Amino acid sequence: MPEHSNTGAPVLSKSVPDFSNWSCPLPLVGYPTIVMGHGGGGKLGNELVEHLFLPAFRNPALENLGDAAVLELTGGRIAMSTDSFVVQPLFFPGGSIGELAVNGTVNDLAVSGAVPRFLSASFILEEGFPLAQLAAIVEAMARAATTAGVQIVTGDTKVVERGHGDGCYINTAGIGVLREGIQVGPHRAQPCDVVLVSGTIGDHGMAIMSVREGLEFESQIRSDCAALNGMIADVLDAVGMAVHAMRDPTRGGLASTLNEIAQSSGVGIAIDEASLPVRVEVQSACELLGLDPVYVANEGKAVFFVAPEAADSVLKVLRAHPLGRDAARIGQVTAEHKRMLVARTAMGANRVIPTQIGEQLPRIC
Amino acid sequence: MKYLTEFRNGEIAQRMAREIHSAATRPWKIMEVCGGQTHSIIRNGIDQMLPAGIEMIHGPGCPVCVTPLELIDKALAIAAQPGVIFCSFGDMLRVPGTEGDLFQVKGAGGDVRVVYSPLDAVELAVKNPDRQVVFFGVGFETTAPANAMSVHLAKRRGLENFSLLVSHVLVPPAIEAILQSPGNQVQGFLLAGHVCSVMGYWEYPPLAERYSIPLVVTGFEPLDLLDGIRRAVIQLEAGRHEVENAYSRVVTYEGNRAAQKLLAEVFEVTDRAWRGICVIPKSGWRLSEAYREFDAEERFHITGIHTQESALCRAGDVLRGAIKPAECAAFGNECTLRHPLGATMVSSEGACAAYYNYGRFLSAEELASAGSGLTGAAHA
Repeated sequence: MPEHSNTGAPVLSKSVPDFSNWSCPLPLVGYPTIVMGHGGGGKLGNELVEHLFLPAFRNPALENLGDAAVLELTGGRIAMSTDSFVVQPLFFPGGSIGELAVNGTVNDLAVSGAVPRFLSASFILEEGFPLAQLAAIVEAMARAATTAGVQIVTGDTKVVERGHGDGCYINTAGIGVLREGIQVGPHRAQPCDVVLVSGTIGDHGMAIMSVREGLEFESQIRSDCAALNGMIADVLDAVGMAVHAMRDPTRGGLASTLNEIAQSSGVGIAIDEASLPVRVEVQSACELLGLDPVYVANEGKAVFFVAPEAADSVLKVLRAHPLGRDAARIGQVTAEHKRMLVARTAMGANRVIPTQIGEQLPRIC
Repeated sequence: MKYLTEFRNGEIAQRMAREIHSAATRPWKIMEVCGGQTHSIIRNGIDQMLPAGIEMIHGPGCPVCVTPLELIDKALAIAAQPGVIFCSFGDMLRVPGTEGDLFQVKGAGGDVRVVYSPLDAVELAVKNPDRQVVFFGVGFETTAPANAMSVHLAKRRGLENFSLLVSHVLVPPAIEAILQSPGNQVQGFLLAGHVCSVMGYWEYPPLAERYSIPLVVTGFEPLDLLDGIRRAVIQLEAGRHEVENAYSRVVTYEGNRAAQKLLAEVFEVTDRAWRGICVIPKSGWRLSEAYREFDAEERFHITGIHTQESALCRAGDVLRGAIKPAECAAFGNECTLRHPLGATMVSSEGACAAYYNYGRFLSAEELASAGSGLTGAAHA
């Protein structure tokens, strides 16, 4: 048994926290790190819920602490999505696993044409994981949920023995209500559709790579991690049915997303390489490592396939939104070279951009 | 950003391409030696800017692809040993050996790490005195100085837990092997700029003389490549065969003397197998007698691993431009992207891989219109 005593723990207020001044409500019972008991369903686990998760995520559906959250939803069609987050490092320039876990699922719902409403959050924690780090992650999730306008209504915590996890894994699932009359999907891109991207590509992947393995660049590259539902709502409000397909190009980057849509829709996609928005520091880091920014991950960008007559309006709406300031028109859908992505290079030639077999690796030569 | 855009100017590129068009009166076959140049040609679509008769043949200068199967098998055997930290450049991890690749060894519990410099591996050895740290030292003359420096430092610091698994290959013997091969079609070479930044180009005039062939030291940016091609075409049209330097902002005739001195101390010339091609005499480096104690093959007693290259693979013929990928009986059968036999299928830019990747999906017209990845493959 641990030497620490329960009796010295401060009694924490259960009033609704003010996030602007919110700080870690720990220590709970004097443990600075996660112990097996935090996942055991006993007192330690309850304290984690009472003192950490509930104050951070508080909402009526969560407060009941039942086996399931009971939710009221009006409207016809519901979208549901789930994603697991296993990123290393857990904290990186521009965000943490906490923001990723909320925004990732919010974005998957939003690009499906849904208004994201409720999320679940499940934590798999490794024995010995510092509670202060968990608190920072939970705080980041709470902030991200507030920003995105979603509620975290149910959750779970498990603890695995030291060496059996990587500190903290998070799974989130989410549901949202489909907007009336919206018909978007990766199979709906049509020849002549214009392809737009909401901002610079490759920021997240290079931010992660720059802190992994101690790579440091002169100027810090920050992750673009953000919830896109607000920006997407603006676009759909403006042009509605003119949007045929949307995707957030995460793992595998822009190239993988465009290839997927080309294949799902049975169309060709032609992009103009010179029009791709790429930050100079991201481009430089990619050059140094022999990587191509079109394959590098994003966590706060969306690609839109829209009817040609609506393209200018969408671009205007995107650029008016803080997350879409660098939005650009990058290409169009064609009936030629079906199921393939072809880029017009700065030299005026064409090249095929294939889907990568695995993850992109730094090149020797 | 300096040098990020200056040598990628589309307008200047078009102008240089027009110069090549007006200079070329006959068909010529030119080989770019280095994998980095192949990458840039495909990436930018340089081959599409050339006159129909100017054919770029992709050379054997990709260190990842030409590393022999036997050495990959040795790497797998060492990396799987308990207590070993096996360090490698990233793109070696998925190169398949006889059974699996380094990713699979990692998945099975091996400590395989991607590093960006062999000197990082030396630091790992300092920090982990109870572990054996091995660096997978592959590549041409370009990567050799850093590898040489790693063992040089290890020796000076008396590190007993660092070693190098070496498979260095050399450009001049490979060029000579191509020129001597029966049915060779290559009429001019773009020499590998970064190899020459280390070695200079004093090794090449005898080759130009002996085989009456123009050799142009060439860089990697679109304008560098177009300049290299332009100079090679002008020489060919004029019947000249000289060594020219089209990469003078980086390369000098003598090269990096300090690096060459270190290389001569640490390495000695040896015969080397090139994956899917053949053993080329005196085409590689191994650790010299003075540094043999840092040879991972000796330290881990794996000198007994001998792997035969596939008898089916005709990568050598593809590289020489003698056959097209689909004319090889193994293409798409025994040899695929997931189970490549030879160098040209291992590399994503290899002629066989490009052909396999895109050729399966397309009609003839789409193949013609789809772009550089395809025309590159069709050439080789």
